[in-house]
Amino acid sequence: MLLRHTTAKEIERKALTVNPAKTCQPVGAMYAALGLHGCLPHSHGSQGCCSYHRSALTRHFKEPVMAATSSFSEGSSVFGGSSNLVSAIETIFTVYDPDVIAVHTTCLSETIGDDLTQIVSKANEDGKIPEGKKVIYCNTPSYVGTHITGYSNQLASFIKFFSTATPKKRNVVNLIAGWMEPSDMREIKRIASVMEARVILFPDMSGVLDAPLTGKFEMYPAGGTTQSEMTATGDSKFTIGLGAYSTEDACVKLENKCRVKFEVVEIPIGLKATDRFIVSLSRHANVPVPDSLTEERGRLIDLIADNSKYFWGKRVALFGDPDTLIPLTEYLVTLDMKPVYIVTGTSGKHFDEEMARILKDIPEARFKSGERADMFQLHQWIKQESVDLLIGNSYGKYMARDEQIPFIRLGFPVVDRPGHNFFPYTGYAGATNLAIRILEKFLDHQDRTCNEEKVEFQM
Amino acid sequence: MVEEKDKVKGGVITGLQAFRDEVITKYPKKVAKKRAKSIVLSDPEQIPEIQANVRTIPGIITQRGCTYAGCKGVVLGPTRDIVNITHGPIGCGFYSWLTRRNQTKPVSGEEANFIPYCFSTDMQDSNIVFGGEEKLKQAIREAYELFHPKAIAIFSTCPVGLIGDDVHRVARHMMEEIGGGINIFGFSCEGYRGVSQSAGHHIANNGLFKNLIGRDDEVRGSLKYRVNLLGEYNIGGDAFELERLFEKCGINLVATFSGNSTIESFENAHTADLNMVMCHRSINYVAEMMETAFGIPWIKVQPIGARSTAKMLRKIARYFGEQELIDKVEEVVAGEMAEVDAVKATIYPKTQGKLSMLFVGGSRAHHYQDLFEELGMTTIAAGYEFGHRDDYEGRRVIPSIQIDADSRNIEEITVGRDATRYNPRKTEEELKVLEEDLEFAEYKGIMNQMEKGTLVIDDLSHYEMEKLIERYHPDVFCAGIKEKFCVQKMGVPLKQLHNYDVGGPYAGFKGAINFYKDIEMMVGATIWKEIKAPWESEAYIEAQYAY
Repeated sequence: MLLRHTTAKEIERKALTVNPAKTCQPVGAMYAALGLHGCLPHSHGSQGCCSYHRSALTRHFKEPVMAATSSFSEGSSVFGGSSNLVSAIETIFTVYDPDVIAVHTTCLSETIGDDLTQIVSKANEDGKIPEGKKVIYCNTPSYVGTHITGYSNQLASFIKFFSTATPKKRNVVNLIAGWMEPSDMREIKRIASVMEARVILFPDMSGVLDAPLTGKFEMYPAGGTTQSEMTATGDSKFTIGLGAYSTEDACVKLENKCRVKFEVVEIPIGLKATDRFIVSLSRHANVPVPDSLTEERGRLIDLIADNSKYFWGKRVALFGDPDTLIPLTEYLVTLDMKPVYIVTGTSGKHFDEEMARILKDIPEARFKSGERADMFQLHQWIKQESVDLLIGNSYGKYMARDEQIPFIRLGFPVVDRPGHNFFPYTGYAGATNLAIRILEKFLDHQDRTCNEEKVEFQM
Repeated sequence: MVEEKDKVKGGVITGLQAFRDEVITKYPKKVAKKRAKSIVLSDPEQIPEIQANVRTIPGIITQRGCTYAGCKGVVLGPTRDIVNITHGPIGCGFYSWLTRRNQTKPVSGEEANFIPYCFSTDMQDSNIVFGGEEKLKQAIREAYELFHPKAIAIFSTCPVGLIGDDVHRVARHMMEEIGGGINIFGFSCEGYRGVSQSAGHHIANNGLFKNLIGRDDEVRGSLKYRVNLLGEYNIGGDAFELERLFEKCGINLVATFSGNSTIESFENAHTADLNMVMCHRSINYVAEMMETAFGIPWIKVQPIGARSTAKMLRKIARYFGEQELIDKVEEVVAGEMAEVDAVKATIYPKTQGKLSMLFVGGSRAHHYQDLFEELGMTTIAAGYEFGHRDDYEGRRVIPSIQIDADSRNIEEITVGRDATRYNPRKTEEELKVLEEDLEFAEYKGIMNQMEKGTLVIDDLSHYEMEKLIERYHPDVFCAGIKEKFCVQKMGVPLKQLHNYDVGGPYAGFKGAINFYKDIEMMVGATIWKEIKAPWESEAYIEAQYAY
């Protein structure tokens, strides 16, 4: 057994996290910053943070993830990292020439209390920021919240530094992407385009973290929301945030700053969340839903109806991020499956309320969020009574192997299978992908493990 | 594309001096001045001085990581039966969880193995404000209640040092509270402590020596040919291949620091009679301390590449000096080399004359040159991510290395002769006789091996890497995950020498065969010739016009 020390017997833990279902803020800030065209993320702290975050993102996307660091020494930790950041800004603009540097903090620079506003204005006064270039920043202390908080904080800084309201509103809807894959961003843009809705999507990692291999390395790939689009978000007539945890703060800040009304819906994973997204976009962009989308939806319904018997009553355990887990759990319920165990390291009332609502007819369901809502907890529940399917990031494979549970990789990080960068889980297309993935797992499992006389030719 | 003038001439590429002068002109003046000292042309006859183990320039985009990564991730990470608790916010523990491919093989289903686990105190803002010691104590209690490990290690992350949590005091306190012979120890390996992972290695070495080595005097197994292997981390199963070879030769491996290791093997390591240092950078301190305290001599070995592996085995045989072992080693080498040569013969024609560059770690950029040499490839540029001057220029320069503020942060422990257990394994005379072949306590560094005129760069920046590839378009570039896809976007395959691209083992004889085959694949893969679409070629465009 790989996780041989995990048993069904729980103790009350007050301090120890084992196998976390979350990571820290700065990696989220780094990921979000890559969705701005021509932007170089910068980690203000020890160089290990930057190295770890770049590695984590690279392993997941199998793509270059460029970012710089302030390379704190013990001296900077005592006297402050101001000179490190100022000299980093000079070196970065001279050597790597980004349009924007997006600085985020770390637990180190937060603990010593570095004031980014003051440091960046000093860099500006010293002439280290060339004409037309920008340095934006956000606070992402690793000891508060999770990687989702960091992602959200980076988006809020986009609003703070770019969004501008002119007297004239435009007939455009902002779509704020919660933490999702570039393939999902492509799918959301496709849906908007089929609907002929005028949208600005931000952040947009498609074309950045799924760039083609051309023989030339592009430090700033063609993709990403441009600065002018970002600025124009202040003139849009409405904002739709996809995922409360990762986008609500940005929605609120944009409304406060530029009077753009907003609605937060779930990331469109599964049938109902996609329905709600399309209804929201249709209403706020004032465009009808084209027949082609209704047909896509119909094909998904057809697939589910044809295979109901394989979904019905199957017990599922899930771990990951709340903005993904909420619509995903709802989708599983729509499929008549039973999501029985759900954990996320990201805490918040919204998750608990939504889970209680979605799972109200599944009395055996257990869910937990926040500190010590970890994969060890999930595994202990599974040890108490097993499940038919596990959904989560690549760390789930150890549990799945030990317990012989079919396993679908979804979330961050997925480092041991390709695919997530090509096939979305959002929209009706994504819901179709996911339903087929689930069916393949179940049917493969059955074909491999059932008695010989029970092998079915047609399923 | 490589221009004709830059092609290899007489084994050495030309124009590297010009490259060096040119590349630094891009930097701000002060930066250029500093980088210039870290870029030198190799000359094995007269080894030049290189600037190494100094602070990375902020913003330059470095390969380097932090002290915590070197301590927890590299040195202590591979041991399977210690519960390693990261004391800090969740990230550090998360990123060092299963990311280094340290394979381990418990001897039974019941033996402890915590490698697939991540343990953290997950510090919150209240712990930063009010201190995290109580939470750490409670975490240790819970870890003990859940897992009953023989040992618990605590690793400090950046904020721990800043807020003044004393992990050593907590360790002592909890050792007393739990009792029953449990071993609990802490590491002050906050990320900011050094200029790279290297500081973390040093801190880990000190901890190994203070808390583990020498706690168990029982001599287990055969009394003959007892050795330790230091600086081997069992990436991709390297340790398994070396264990196989030692066993085949009848050599007794007491402990490996720290690939496929257990606490018991560390505690017992001082009962060996020879220490072999593989990764000099990460572990030479342990070798030095064990020699001083217990009288165990150490030699540098390089079991990467078939010839170097044979050399290592012959050195061991020479050291113990018994004909039985010498014969056995020769027999094993002959058998293994026959297999290696058979594979090499089919691959060599495809790799001969090709160019490689290696920028990684603190020893691999050196060791892997042996494998490329065996494939007939030339390494035209190489350097370390976190090496020191001695790793480049050889240990002879150690007395002349200036101790700067960043190195002074790291605790130097004073080790004396162990009162009862110091036992010189060889007499002075015996050592003198063996010295010529074995070169005790010596490492000559990477530049001793690199051809005259090749380029050596310490702490390579992203910019320098991009320029190297644009200019010389090597056939294989070796580095890590952060560089991998940048380089491959440029149409050059990158071999990861941290995680081997999920390949390996590459150590020993079987490892050499694996490496030859992987490089054959990398330089021969069809896809690199298909990067341009047919309609992107000149001929196609002309044909269009003609139509």
